[in-house]
Amino acid sequence: MAAHFPFSAIVGQEEMKLALLVAAIDPTVGGVLIFGDRGTGKSTGVRGLAALLPKMRAVIGCRYNCDPGANGSLCEECRVRSAQGALDSRLVPVPVVDLPLGATEDRVVGALDLERALTRGEKAFEPGLLARAHRGFLYIDEANLLEDHLVDLLLDVAASGENVVEREGLSVRHPARFVLIGSGNPEEGELRPQLLDRFGLSVEIRTPTDLPTRIEVVRRRDAFERDPHAFIELWQKKDATLRRRVAAARARLSTVNVTDAALKRASELCMRLGTDGLRGELTLIRAARAFASLEGDDSVTDEHLKKMAAPALRHRLRRDPLDESGSSVRVERAVAEHFA
Amino acid sequence: MRTPSGVGLSRWLEAELAAALFAVDPIGLGGIVVRAQAGPVRDAWAGILRSLLPDMPLRRLPLNVGDDRLLGGVDLAASLAAGRPIADTGFLAEADGGIVLLPMAERLPAALAARLGSVLDSGGVLLERDGLALRTPSRFGIVAFDEGLAEEERPPPALRDRLAFGIDLDAIPLRDTEERGASPEQIAEARDRLHDIVVGDALLDALSAASLALGIGSFRAPLFALRACRAAAALFGRSVATGEDAALAARLVFSHRATILPQAETPDAEPESTAEDPEKAEDSSQPDRATGMLEDVVLAAAQAAIPPGLLATLSAGRVRTRTDAFGRSGARVHTLKRGRPAGVRRGKPGGGAKLNLIETLRAAAPWQPLRRSEREVAGAVTGRRIEVRRDDFRITRFRQQTETTTIFVVDASGSSAFHRLAEVKGAVELLLADCYVRRDRVALIAFRGSSAELVLPPTRALARAKRNLAGLPGGGQTPLASGIDAALALSDAVQRSGRMPAIVLMTDARANTTRAGTTDRVVAAAESLSAARLMRARGTMAILVDTSPRSRPEAAALAEAMGARYVPLPHAGSATLSAAVKGSVEEARQGSAR
Repeated sequence: MAAHFPFSAIVGQEEMKLALLVAAIDPTVGGVLIFGDRGTGKSTGVRGLAALLPKMRAVIGCRYNCDPGANGSLCEECRVRSAQGALDSRLVPVPVVDLPLGATEDRVVGALDLERALTRGEKAFEPGLLARAHRGFLYIDEANLLEDHLVDLLLDVAASGENVVEREGLSVRHPARFVLIGSGNPEEGELRPQLLDRFGLSVEIRTPTDLPTRIEVVRRRDAFERDPHAFIELWQKKDATLRRRVAAARARLSTVNVTDAALKRASELCMRLGTDGLRGELTLIRAARAFASLEGDDSVTDEHLKKMAAPALRHRLRRDPLDESGSSVRVERAVAEHFA
Repeated sequence: MRTPSGVGLSRWLEAELAAALFAVDPIGLGGIVVRAQAGPVRDAWAGILRSLLPDMPLRRLPLNVGDDRLLGGVDLAASLAAGRPIADTGFLAEADGGIVLLPMAERLPAALAARLGSVLDSGGVLLERDGLALRTPSRFGIVAFDEGLAEEERPPPALRDRLAFGIDLDAIPLRDTEERGASPEQIAEARDRLHDIVVGDALLDALSAASLALGIGSFRAPLFALRACRAAAALFGRSVATGEDAALAARLVFSHRATILPQAETPDAEPESTAEDPEKAEDSSQPDRATGMLEDVVLAAAQAAIPPGLLATLSAGRVRTRTDAFGRSGARVHTLKRGRPAGVRRGKPGGGAKLNLIETLRAAAPWQPLRRSEREVAGAVTGRRIEVRRDDFRITRFRQQTETTTIFVVDASGSSAFHRLAEVKGAVELLLADCYVRRDRVALIAFRGSSAELVLPPTRALARAKRNLAGLPGGGQTPLASGIDAALALSDAVQRSGRMPAIVLMTDARANTTRAGTTDRVVAAAESLSAARLMRARGTMAILVDTSPRSRPEAAALAEAMGARYVPLPHAGSATLSAAVKGSVEEARQGSAR
């Protein structure tokens, strides 16, 4: 609730940081799942990202933060208003919305505004978390403890990009495109395969075992806890640099060239690993493109594919629950052979 | 207050110091896990803690608290009186600035632990329920009373990780509990000093290194140790923390988290180190001599407090069941009545169904003007603000608890091993894969020689199950009764934790070793039959797989006594065995799921 640990001050955890940045550069990559040991800073990464993101332009007075530039995806209200003239807009922070455990369905999808209905007899829709997360991020900590009926709702909306509410005599639909970010500890239970598949990238986060890194983590964290504001100020410059890089990468994204050779490489890698469906290939290409853009490169190369292969594919391998080597190792092996 | 030395500290003094340090910085340190049965020693300790925190309210959190009370929601009475939704702050928000007491923390459900954890992490309660969206800051410390008896009966790891200290009061005799600790005034003074305490880099490095050397991955541990170090310096009236403070902090924070013993100084003396051990030890090789010495002091303090025997069981990778610990009688939990909320639907309350007020009001709301005018037309004037009709009633649905823990009890004795231990292993592996699909938990008990052993406590980590199974040695006598006893004890524990146990016993039923460990076929057979009858009396779902080459009447009789389904396996391979058991489990599940 208070100040958040700066993103650029996070020691190590390169894969997590890169995956979050890639998802911020290209939301169509489709979300990040962060699974790993306790006390390694999973939440810290997500919270830090929120402060890092460049602001976005949104229609003033729109409850869904509609993008004035995107005609095709406006909510009904904005569509009506835009027909009458240009929409006024302003810069707002990108929403990073928490889906807390114990949330009820009405607050997630939105529901009849009870107070207005009871006191004034009006039938009004009160938007829920999905509306608030539109164009931003929806963060589920302990994703594997989320109740099943909420998971079902999320899957549907995340797939369609639209929230359709049909309850209590209300019939409302509004755009709800968000980047899903989940974190959890595998010991608390597995994630449903359907939900797993919704995440574009998955990251395994390990506790570092080399002493200098650990000392640095403890030192920075301690400094932050003792005086958060001074610490944030110390890192403000680095955060700002990173913010500019993300903004530049976003602007450049559409110009990054994906060659036929790169596409072929990606397909071959997916075939070698036997990933199900096309989603893996698509995600790999998109993630590699976003990464190339972040690096300032003009086209996607093997290096980009290699770097993104594990996060894009490791959760899509046909799971053998008894395979001890784990999917990360399998991806690594395949990448090493493929790009040899 | 005298500075105690980190190493030679009595358990009671340690517990007292933990209470004092916690009192100095209750919110920063998160809390204490107190392993103790209810009794005078625990009461004495709690009394000390209370006296040290005169200005902080202590509140008990019952384990069965619902989300509506825990997180908050709509205040039923106030909302009905006012005719509009009125928010009710939940327990977690009300506990702000106080101490939360968690009795029976070893039975804390994972879902509740996660909710507590998110408040501890974020310093506030995030409520998105019943049409309310609220963010309430809340900071508190937790005292979790862990009343578990068996080794694996512990509070959820997600909670333990977020509480700085762990103390064990069970071994302390009552006569040791005289009070020698700090006074509330000292605590108050220490709190004032706390923010200005300096902890040098050398101490920070030493604490980091010590946590690593003890195999503690989470960063919360060294950070808590730092805070504890500050609290200790403040309590003892120092402005700069010393090695003694660090040693005390390490002892209180690290000893109950340790997963490995630090490597001995001589590198060639590595009798039975686990695979990951040596590299960790190498990493902790010291660049700096002073830090190295400090680390040794800190490590020695933490090590001194590690309960004897704990690491022996940990390093062996397995935890033994203490059969006697499970045998507690008492009310059994009816698992099928529990469950998690799973949406809302139209329906009549009563008969166990719980009315969902907010959804009911929502359903009624759009009709209010219409109903009011209806009434006016009919001429009936009532004082009711909201008119709710039967059609409006909404009830909360609960998902029935269907999680099963399948307990595999494998006869690894000579007679069985000779026949088909390999096949049994293969079949269990196939069944494990099946459990993965259903997201069940599995546990593995093996019996051979003179006793039964819990090879794998209930887990979803199937790779580990497979590894332990593969390493299962065969040969020796057949202590069948002990095997059944262990299965029964574990199934009781599973049931107490709200899950449904299913036992798969794989044996050739050639019992030849008694519970006492003597070889006597007749007594052994009688003992296993009586153990089996006990299982039947408990109504535990069970399957007996006869692993002898030809099906034997003894095995069938044993299955009969157990109330188990008998699956003889003449010349069956792993796949057949797996299919047979799978079918039976499915059938039994459906039968017991009502």
